Amino acid sequence: MSAVDNPALARLLRVREAEEFLYREAGLLDRREFSAWLDLLADDVRYFMPLRRNVPSRAPGDEWTREGQDIAWFDEGKDVLAMRVTQLHTGVHWAEEPPSRTCHLVSNVLLVDDSGPEWEVHSHFIFYRSRMERETDLLAGRREDRLRVMPDGLRLAYRRVLIDHNVLPIKNLSNFF
Amino acid sequence: MDPIDPGTRPLVDPQRGLVSREIFVDAQLYAAEQERIFATQWLFVGHVSQVRRPGDFVVSRMGEEPVLLVRDVDGALHVFLNSCRHRGMQVCRYDQGNATEFACPYHGWTFDTKGRLAAVPALREGYFSELELAHWGLVEARVAELKGSIWACWDAATPSLDDWLGDARIWIEEFFTVPDAGAGELELIAGVQKWTLPCNWKFGAENFSGDNYHNVSHASVDQLALSPSGKTGRHQYDAIPQKPVLQNIAYASTGHCGRGALYPPGFDFLSAYAAVPQLHAYYQRAYAGRQTQLGEQARFVPHGGTIFPNMSFSNGRTSIALWHPAGPETCEVWRFYFVPEHAPEAVKDHLRRYVIRYQGPSGLTEEDDMENWNLAHRASRGTIARRHPYHMAMGLGHEMAVGSEPWIARGGTVMEGVSEQNQRGYYRRWAQLMGAL
Ligand code: FES
Ligand SMILES: [Fe+2]
Repeated sequence: MSAVDNPALARLLRVREAEEFLYREAGLLDRREFSAWLDLLADDVRYFMPLRRNVPSRAPGDEWTREGQDIAWFDEGKDVLAMRVTQLHTGVHWAEEPPSRTCHLVSNVLLVDDSGPEWEVHSHFIFYRSRMERETDLLAGRREDRLRVMPDGLRLAYRRVLIDHNVLPIKNLSNFF
Repeated sequence: MDPIDPGTRPLVDPQRGLVSREIFVDAQLYAAEQERIFATQWLFVGHVSQVRRPGDFVVSRMGEEPVLLVRDVDGALHVFLNSCRHRGMQVCRYDQGNATEFACPYHGWTFDTKGRLAAVPALREGYFSELELAHWGLVEARVAELKGSIWACWDAATPSLDDWLGDARIWIEEFFTVPDAGAGELELIAGVQKWTLPCNWKFGAENFSGDNYHNVSHASVDQLALSPSGKTGRHQYDAIPQKPVLQNIAYASTGHCGRGALYPPGFDFLSAYAAVPQLHAYYQRAYAGRQTQLGEQARFVPHGGTIFPNMSFSNGRTSIALWHPAGPETCEVWRFYFVPEHAPEAVKDHLRRYVIRYQGPSGLTEEDDMENWNLAHRASRGTIARRHPYHMAMGLGHEMAVGSEPWIARGGTVMEGVSEQNQRGYYRRWAQLMGAL
């Protein structure tokens, strides 16, 4: 019996595949290989990062702004993400010129659902940014992704980035998460 | 030495268009600003669509201080200092909601929606019933409303909001007018962006007052088709083939400023939204309505401006920024975005997505502004740097009482094209209030 005939081992391989996708993605971003990063996104990808409010714990419904309706940090598809990449390549995008040095640490990867054509994968992240001489920024949060299974590998089909900040502690979000 | 004495340090020199770097980096001047500007001027605190129903509240800020905007049980608006009269605890720690009272989490003093102290634990055993509840309500600011915008002011001696806005009032009225100049209001899109900008609070306010000179800041985004015109450029109106004459209007006595574009008659306004059929159709109808209302004056298209001291507005990408002081080196920016309440949902959605990708810390445009302001501030802190004032003399001496069209300025002075007239007006007002002129 080969490993993939064993359901538990097959699942483990999918977990590894999902993890590897996220780590490879983080590496591309940190090495500033943005065009290659774009290739990991499905053409119909949705990329959403809501604002986060202080609300009573007994009424958490209003904590996040709503996708497709409210203001967000990001609520866009591949067209706008591709514009961001083009902007990064102009050499005159001052927020990233000279480039920031980033470190995306991804952990707590959980394959929540792998029963369909898109796997639901949750992860936590710490985003570290060093810029110019001594600028140091940190963002933390979670991501809820859907990874689409394609013949040639996984693609990011949906990402919801849930950051742990109310007033954003940094001057801009000129990076990907 | 008085930090503000104009004899010892010329902080603002309107005659030469010079502004000292001290006013951006000096801690004593920053402290004086809190008293002389933020405690005396009208400040934008929110919009009626945030507090529609009795009991609705939303947190806001006036200068450094947290305030609460509340609609009381009888429907009247209040702005309270969000600090308990007992020993200072913030009485409300939620960003928004609906409440019948605000109970302090420290010792339990409880205030009603009119700010009155309504209940005090141990009133009899602890205070022997001698505490005069009527004297210990929440600290309250004056409140005024203009076309849905809500403003507050701590100083009883400051003129009414209308008088304080003066001739610049039309910019606020215009901003809160829906695109067809007809009935209906703007509504706030839910969610206020809040972020931290490591520079003095005046950088943003000054930039939005009338910096038509800073296109280099946006050299990257201007290579992209960011706007709903489908053409290259960050503004929707970049695609209009007829080139307008830019208008900068400064109001000398108040420091408020506006900027806009005067198009030739019959200009092709529709190319601004050509890539999105729903927007194209909406603005086609809207512009017809606007022409009916405004006639000849419809070809003046406001772009935005700054209401002194820290409220900037952007027409078209309908948004308001508040540049809250948070220390001499830090600004906390709040951005509010609006859409016309009666516009079709598809129109609202396209406008919403345009503003998110344009403005704020994730916006392809504003990202680069903030890098520039951040490092302009940082490079201005040193002893040597402070000896050398900023140059804001562009167009000095060429201000006009009347521009291309007499109905545009109406009480202000005009400069056409690129100019630093508005910034000079802004800092002259700053210097007047600070006692530095
Ligand atoms: S500080 Fe509010 S009750 Fe004491
Ligand atoms: Fe700008």
